Amino acid sequence: MTYVFQFGIVFDRFPQLIEGALLTIRLAALAMVFGLTVAVICAYLRTSGPKPVRALVAVYVEGIRNTPFLVQLYIIYFSLPALGIRFEANEAALVAMVISFGAYATEIVRAGVQSVPAGQIEVGLALGLKRLQIYRFIVLFPAIKAVFPALASQFILLLLGSSVVSAISANELTAIANTLQSTTFRAFEVYIVVTLMYLAIAVAFRGFFASVYWFVFVRGRER
Amino acid sequence: MRYFSFNDFLFILAATQWTILLSLLAFALGGLLGGIIAVLRISRFAPVRLAAAGYIQLFQGTPLLMQLFLIYYGLSLFGLRLDAWTAVTIAYTIYAAAFLGDIWRGCIQAIPKEQWEASRALALPYLPQLFLVIMPQAVRIAIPPTVGFLVQLVKATAVASIIGFVELTRAGQLMTNATFQPMIVYPIVAGLYFALCWPLSVWSQYLEKKLRVENIIGRKLEKANEQA
Repeated sequence: MTYVFQFGIVFDRFPQLIEGALLTIRLAALAMVFGLTVAVICAYLRTSGPKPVRALVAVYVEGIRNTPFLVQLYIIYFSLPALGIRFEANEAALVAMVISFGAYATEIVRAGVQSVPAGQIEVGLALGLKRLQIYRFIVLFPAIKAVFPALASQFILLLLGSSVVSAISANELTAIANTLQSTTFRAFEVYIVVTLMYLAIAVAFRGFFASVYWFVFVRGRER
Repeated sequence: MRYFSFNDFLFILAATQWTILLSLLAFALGGLLGGIIAVLRISRFAPVRLAAAGYIQLFQGTPLLMQLFLIYYGLSLFGLRLDAWTAVTIAYTIYAAAFLGDIWRGCIQAIPKEQWEASRALALPYLPQLFLVIMPQAVRIAIPPTVGFLVQLVKATAVASIIGFVELTRAGQLMTNATFQPMIVYPIVAGLYFALCWPLSVWSQYLEKKLRVENIIGRKLEKANEQA
């Protein structure tokens, strides 16, 4: 009853795992870019849009934030085809991630927008700027700065949460791990290695965001 | 093929109890472990502090699904035969403890250090300082984010369906397989999660607003004005 660890068998197939990891990173990065775009637009609509639009955005944000990502994924991948909307597994994963991240990020960006002092907006109005111009040129930058750490943690949650898209046979890191463990029967070794890969990716992104913050918001302002 | 009937709905509804039970178990046990992690995280001894920080980093920095797989497959390698409930409860306890430990650490550290100094000046030893002076104040500010985390935990239990644990999401899958009506089943599943989570979210936001310092001061001023 002694178990002999055999990590060699996992490292033989390391290139496959790297490929899966790259897809995970690509999915998360794309979801962040699109999701952030959704968030910036929705945060504006949520704070300064017409009333029905505001309500609609609130329904989107609350609906997503109070249901599991996995169920959202199933709705997009399994339910929508009944309406004639069909996605491949990887596409469905990306769409679900964008919708999900967009909702969380909307709430975060909105908090940032509301943290901008009213005086600054009044200055914009006094200068005759339009509402969108005020949002774009006065509010957005300090708003994002104020909530940058929260956005960064939300991205890490997105990245780690993306492992559940393996459930619809998207072929990212976790899915590759599942395939490997079923062909090598070395479940524990495979999952340990993959878990550490996720950890490394998460740590690397934290470092990346810290340096982005420094370059964009700290150093950029000194000049 | 058969149509989605009221009985199918009842089947899904009944599965909600397992989601609730797992969430409560993980919250209770994870809260216990998380409380210990939070206290260790602010310990005066660097190695203890680092170990707690490492625990939080490790379990917040890896996917919950991987933690589930590792506990599910891993512990059986060491001769421990775990049934699904035990494995899943252990995994979610560890997961919840990492997040709650971090949240509560933040709340303890949010208490002004003068409180520590004042109680020190009264010659209180470390543990009474922590438990009689700091904690009662920290608990107040900890409640809103803790309720907020409960929402995250309820949603996270959906992942257990991937390893075959029967709860709300898995019940939805089973029903989809039986009725071939994902367009009906999954929105119902999502609706049930929403019914569980939304009240908690609203409650958390309400508590946060109520406990916000300027609001407390505002209420005190109002009271004073009324009395005057």
